[in-house]
Amino acid sequence: MKYFLLVASSLRRKKLRTALTMLSVAVAFLLFGVLAILKQSLTAGIDVADASRIIVRHRVSIIQTLPAAYEARMERLSGVADAMHLTWFNGIYQDPKNFFGNFPVKPEEFFSMYPEYVMPEEEKAAWQRTRNGAVVGRQLADRFGWKVGDRIPLVSPIWPNKSGGAWEFEVVGILDGAKKSTDLSGFYFRYDYFDEGRTYGEGQVGWYSVRIKDPREAAAVARAIDEEFANSYAETKAEPEGAFIQGWAQQIGDIGAIVTAIVGAVFFTILLVAGNTMAQAVRERTEEIGVLKAMGYSNGLVLGVVLAESFLIAGLAGGAGLGFAWVMTLGGSPVPAMLPVFYLPGRELVVGAGLVFVLGFLAGILPALQAMRLQIAVALRRQA
Amino acid sequence: MSTAPRNGVLVHIEGVDKTFRRGSEEIHVLSNLNLEVKAGEFLALMGPSGSGKSTLLNLIGGLDRATRGTVSIGGDRVDQMSDRELAGWRARHIGFVFQFYNLLPVLTAERNVELPLLLTHLSKAERRKHVETALHVVGLDHRTSAYPRTLSGGEQQRVGIARAIVTDPTILLCDEPTGDLDRKTGDEILSLLQALNRDQGKTIIMVTHDPHASHRASRTVYLNKGQLSAEAPE
Repeated sequence: MKYFLLVASSLRRKKLRTALTMLSVAVAFLLFGVLAILKQSLTAGIDVADASRIIVRHRVSIIQTLPAAYEARMERLSGVADAMHLTWFNGIYQDPKNFFGNFPVKPEEFFSMYPEYVMPEEEKAAWQRTRNGAVVGRQLADRFGWKVGDRIPLVSPIWPNKSGGAWEFEVVGILDGAKKSTDLSGFYFRYDYFDEGRTYGEGQVGWYSVRIKDPREAAAVARAIDEEFANSYAETKAEPEGAFIQGWAQQIGDIGAIVTAIVGAVFFTILLVAGNTMAQAVRERTEEIGVLKAMGYSNGLVLGVVLAESFLIAGLAGGAGLGFAWVMTLGGSPVPAMLPVFYLPGRELVVGAGLVFVLGFLAGILPALQAMRLQIAVALRRQA
Repeated sequence: MSTAPRNGVLVHIEGVDKTFRRGSEEIHVLSNLNLEVKAGEFLALMGPSGSGKSTLLNLIGGLDRATRGTVSIGGDRVDQMSDRELAGWRARHIGFVFQFYNLLPVLTAERNVELPLLLTHLSKAERRKHVETALHVVGLDHRTSAYPRTLSGGEQQRVGIARAIVTDPTILLCDEPTGDLDRKTGDEILSLLQALNRDQGKTIIMVTHDPHASHRASRTVYLNKGQLSAEAPE
């Protein structure tokens, strides 16, 4: 600790150079943080995917519908605990830009199928009682300022209402998440209200979420479901929920690989910049290092002082970058429709802190060794 | 390690050679050199450029190693110490004063003076007390918070001397301490060194080109072609 002033004072030697180096390191770690947030947002569904759930869709495409009658047939299969269908409603609230996911579901099955959603019991009961009742995620409610009792009109270009107007819903509950990563941007309403009100497609649904008894049997159960409906007019494709969501996410590429590649390239560049700065700083201080050694500073201590300087630069700047990325998430998602789950996960902060350490070490070790090996007489003679 | 003078002799150098290599060429800087310096002595070391004065000073201070021979300070065989032992020994027994002051520009005068004390087990308060005393001795009590760039050359050298004496070392090794100063300021520095020698009994070995400076020493030796003599070379 008593050497801290000696270490810290070195940062004031070339203030502009130090500031620019720190800025570049900070920007690199800000980028790391932003990419980590993006990755988390795009793959949040995979993280929260329940291993005991299978998604069953039409074999051709998810936009092809399946019969609602499949539910009972699936529930009779060995290994299936429960099945619940969902349908893509594509309801528009006021303006197409106000995008959010909205789905007709069965309220009596919804919370047992998705235990990651929590809601007060009285609101659950209200949903059962209210034919046009809808429950909305907390984030979505906050986004539009909705509260229980509000009436929400949605127009669906896919599913016109028999009345020819907008579908009218009443908010009866607000969904919260059992986990931080739970997607709270959804809008769920009763299937019976939807099925009776639509102009066509009665008895048809989008896809199924199936809860299985033993997650280890997921592949076998999925196979059994597909076999059950083989050679029918609506054959199915069943797969674990995680794989299904990952398939969606990977439509824009392997997020993890993209993030790793970008962070790797930036990290390497910053390493070169910081390493060069450190080496330059040590070269400029050859005489001073010689003087410190002449006073009795051991080789090990000199190595420690120079390394500490590198760690200090990386720590301050990297910490600032990560901190700023974290602060960015405090206000919530700037584009909730696109990135409903928006936070910097703790594990990514730990990885970031690890990278700060690695950067500090790699940038400082060569200059530190150079300083350690410096011969005092040579250093002092250089000045003379 | 004792560093106690034997028979009053603090520095004992015997049969020392120092050879540098430049490519395939060997340069003999010191040849079979012998020197004794008594405790409390103020020795001036003179000689033409390239005669090996600074090299000899570096050998005494444990900054460099002799190619052959014995370097003993107060009974401690400096030539046989490891790098680590030498670092600790220098911290306890040697104070260096450099021609170009070699202060750290990013530290104030008091922080510069404190640097050698960081190697000790003294508390922060004790270090501060030592620093105040050293700066008082060199007459710079009023510039403790000044950065080197705001100090004159003479003041910077005073800070350099304060830094050299703050640990109360056994020997002060001064490498042309007035070489970068005007005559008047140089005289002030020499008076300060004389006072340290006279009043505090500090053993001082000073390399200088300046005959005027050497007159302040109690003894002058001349180094020429790797050999010492008591008489100035022709």
